[in-house]
Amino acid sequence: MDDLLRDFLTESAENLQKLDQDLIELEQRPHDLALVHSIFRTIHTIKGTCGFIGLPRLEVLAHVTESVLGAVREGRLMVVPSMISDILQSVDTIKAIQGELERSETEPAGDDTALLGSLQAWMDCATTPVSNSPMAPTPAAVRAIMASNAQAQAICASTPTEVSPPVFTPEPDELELVGGARGTFEDFSTGEVLAIHADAGMVARSTGESRAVLGTPLSAPADAGISPDGTDAAPTLPPVQAVTAAPTVATPPNAPEAPRTESASGEARGSIADSSLRVNVTLLDKLMNLVGELVLARNQLIQLSAADDDSVYAAPVQHLNRVTTDLQEAVMRTRMQAIGGAWSKLPRLVRDLAKASGKQLALEMHGAETELDRQILQAIQDPLTHMVRNSADHGVELPDVRRSAGKPEQGTIRLNAYHEGGHVILEIADDGAGISVEKVRRKAVERGLVPADVAATLSEAQVFRFIFEPGFSTAEKITNVSGRGVGMDVVRSNIEKIGGTVELSSREGRGTTVRVKIPLTLAIISALLVGSASEVFAIPQIGVVELVRVNDEVRHRIEEVQGARFFRLRDTLLPLVSLAERLVLSTTSLPDEYNIIVCQVGELRVGLVVDEVFDTQEIVVKPVGRLVKHLPVYAGCTILGDGRVIMILDTTGIANEALAVTHAEQAAGAATELDASEDGATESVLVYDAGSTALQAVPLSLVARLEEIPADQIEEADGRALVQYRGALLPLLPASAAMDLRARNPRPVIVFTDNGRSMGVAVDEIRDIVDARLTLDQATHRPGVLGVCVIGGRATEIIDTNHFLRQAFGDWFAPAAQLQRGDTHVLLVDDSRFFLSLIAPVLRGAGYKVSTASDGRDALTYLERGDRYDIIISDIDMPAVDGFALAREIRANPAWSDVPLLALTGRSTPADRERARACGFDEFLVKFDREAVLSALQRLAATAGVPA
Amino acid sequence: MSAAIGATTSGHGSVEYVTFRLADQWLGIPVLLVQEVLLAQRIALVPRTPAEVAGFLNLRGQIVTAVELRTRLGLPARAAGEAPMNVVVRHEGELFSLLVDEVGDVLSVDGAAVEPPPPTLDPTWRQACAGIVRRERGLLVVVHVHALLRLDLAAA
Repeated sequence: MDDLLRDFLTESAENLQKLDQDLIELEQRPHDLALVHSIFRTIHTIKGTCGFIGLPRLEVLAHVTESVLGAVREGRLMVVPSMISDILQSVDTIKAIQGELERSETEPAGDDTALLGSLQAWMDCATTPVSNSPMAPTPAAVRAIMASNAQAQAICASTPTEVSPPVFTPEPDELELVGGARGTFEDFSTGEVLAIHADAGMVARSTGESRAVLGTPLSAPADAGISPDGTDAAPTLPPVQAVTAAPTVATPPNAPEAPRTESASGEARGSIADSSLRVNVTLLDKLMNLVGELVLARNQLIQLSAADDDSVYAAPVQHLNRVTTDLQEAVMRTRMQAIGGAWSKLPRLVRDLAKASGKQLALEMHGAETELDRQILQAIQDPLTHMVRNSADHGVELPDVRRSAGKPEQGTIRLNAYHEGGHVILEIADDGAGISVEKVRRKAVERGLVPADVAATLSEAQVFRFIFEPGFSTAEKITNVSGRGVGMDVVRSNIEKIGGTVELSSREGRGTTVRVKIPLTLAIISALLVGSASEVFAIPQIGVVELVRVNDEVRHRIEEVQGARFFRLRDTLLPLVSLAERLVLSTTSLPDEYNIIVCQVGELRVGLVVDEVFDTQEIVVKPVGRLVKHLPVYAGCTILGDGRVIMILDTTGIANEALAVTHAEQAAGAATELDASEDGATESVLVYDAGSTALQAVPLSLVARLEEIPADQIEEADGRALVQYRGALLPLLPASAAMDLRARNPRPVIVFTDNGRSMGVAVDEIRDIVDARLTLDQATHRPGVLGVCVIGGRATEIIDTNHFLRQAFGDWFAPAAQLQRGDTHVLLVDDSRFFLSLIAPVLRGAGYKVSTASDGRDALTYLERGDRYDIIISDIDMPAVDGFALAREIRANPAWSDVPLLALTGRSTPADRERARACGFDEFLVKFDREAVLSALQRLAATAGVPA
Repeated sequence: MSAAIGATTSGHGSVEYVTFRLADQWLGIPVLLVQEVLLAQRIALVPRTPAEVAGFLNLRGQIVTAVELRTRLGLPARAAGEAPMNVVVRHEGELFSLLVDEVGDVLSVDGAAVEPPPPTLDPTWRQACAGIVRRERGLLVVVHVHALLRLDLAAA
């Protein structure tokens, strides 16, 4: 490409981008002359160069645009939003033409007639110098007019809605010629005479939309009564004498003046220009690469000289080391750009979105000077745009909706960027409608991302994470503005690809905030070198939280549950992933001592098991090439000081693959911390050895009896094991698949009963009965297992007895078929998440519709908002509002006072029963006798007259 | 495809090929594609890459992806103790090293002498083959570098 053309395109590109911003600012501050001058100069330069290079289409566009701006600059036109829109359109067209120029080096053909027409119309609106008028104004008068224009505009600007200055759309026959003015208009309602500088043709054209400026009062209007559409003549503008605002020094918009203005501005800009210069990006990248090589060579030298203590090279190598470090830092800084660069297109975007949707949007940007690596900046550009679009499209409400919600009509989208640790935090917040947690929760269940009962127990933060699942959209309709296909899942994956995280929080009715955390740089990173099966790998330091060495002292904290290994790290159960397994490295079993690298993967922590940990080094990240790029386990490769090539691991990729964890499961299982405060009561559990390596447990309340069955009484029929027991046949199920029932004599059996039928689970040994706080730590989704938790310091599986019952009696829950429960809606109130997930399925299995609340206060909230229930079952001991208080509240309210109330509690003293009765409970049951609960429900439903 | 090669080169006289041997077959690629030829290098194994990818090597600070041509073209592995040679090519902005048994001379081949590959050729070879040249001591199989580097990544 021609050098001249290339330079022109490069320089214009920068200027045009600034133009967008400047024009929007001008719209907000229409009397800012400095802005007008700057904008004018830019267009003027483009126009000049076009003519010189020979780009006719561009030249015409630039020329007409420049004329409009020239008129504004001279005070002959005032700035209004519709004018800005037209100029912006012109800028867009210029950009498009330049884009094509870049591609094909020829100006694209195109019809700009409509645009040129609009721009010309503004020109026609402008006052023209009327040199022969006896009323030609003195410079002083001109200044006064410009000042009063400014004031009038200021008044207009102070009214909240988009306003243009007073506009009169007189009928053509109302035009009179007075003096040298092209026309005056007598406002018959107020008696004022104002001058209009418009062609009759122009007037006839202006329909509804206000055109600029023409009320040109010589002094400021007495008060505002300015109406947006100019239809009423309220403005009390004093009579006008002179008309034109054109200075007689009409400057021809041609070259002769240009150099003067250019140099004037050039001088003003001189100091800024001196302190920065334009450098080709490819050159900078090359510089970066070379510094990278230097870093590697430096590493090599350090290694060599370290090997030789007395070497004469030691001192020079140290010097080289210091210099290289400084050079590296300096070059890294050349890659650092202010995040404001990524924000530059946003004001225009927000303006366009506002116009398109009829909403009022303001964009606030804080921390634009926060710097980050160019590569990262590029990577977040699209996600950022998408999130701002989301706020504008789905977040901020229409003005009248906001008004009726008591909010200011204008919605604000707020960007905030700052450094924190080794990261940059970027927040995108809006004060819009927010997102309904319940809607997301329901949608997640509908999409099958999480089972309903687990969903009910998730915290807000966990629920909001579903928004980042592919295909998840709570918007009522997908508009063109946000677009399809660029979902929040793409946002998250783009951000995670550069090693960042993103999370969303929201308050329904108040607004939404998205918080993005990204690393400062990608090119040279600090990495931990580790070894596994005699291979060396690098792990970026940024994802490493801590290191644990596993030796004899600590070994007991490794737990194995059905093949999955965990490490008990303080209060957390850390899932373990073996690097050797993930990379299919040939290896014998684990060495005696090894290491666990605790890595942060999104919101989860994972332990990566490696044989050895070496040291931390600064390494240069090199891309892997297309034959390896598709492997999620690698983030790149690097060359060590000794010339070896080693792979850089992507811990996120490894963890995601290994755990095959969907984010839904992460959300559900994120309660890896034993949060005792979440679950209220402790449960009595029966702990037994099931014959595998893990212990199992069942809540004692579910157990009917413990028996010891002599081995010779165990019979087999039909492939099933049975024993004669109390006059009936008791099916026996082994607690673990590989159990030989007769191997122990007598065989311990745990007996469960339901509906008159019993079954027994054969175990190896009944260990203990303990009071434990049950928290579901890891949702394993294995049938028959409710979860894993730590009881008495050991990982223990909590067994879902329903599973065993179903196994023994396929139709255990069939009774529901005989009973048409219909829509009997039961509200289950209990602060134990565990218990809710235990009881709710039982009730649902019996045909009831079940809702849950985790506290009396929540139950009251639901009732208050209008939810209706046929029966309410409640625990007594709950933190905020306990069962007694709940019952009293319910009975006190005439709307609900006759709802059957059933207390289901661990308390069992007569005093408790009495108190429960007194507070209003109809029945009182102790946890957890399934039969009793179901029959009580039947009774209560019958008395209340609902289907049961 | 091979006809096209014949067509383009016949008008221009001869093309020069770097020749190399795999087992007892000689192959050739245009000399202009070859950056350099090296003796055996230290190759870093990269776990979980396709079988044809032998690993990475460090060429003066650049990462080069080594592709074992024996595997790529369905030949049995080299005998233990036999070291490969490296034919380093640049393809789509990246460096690759084709691992071969032995590198031969640079041959000047007249365009007209390049014949289309016989239909009896093994399919794996055929999709990489640009043409066949008859020589005194056997055939020279001219191959496409881009085809050699086209691996089935999904199978990895």
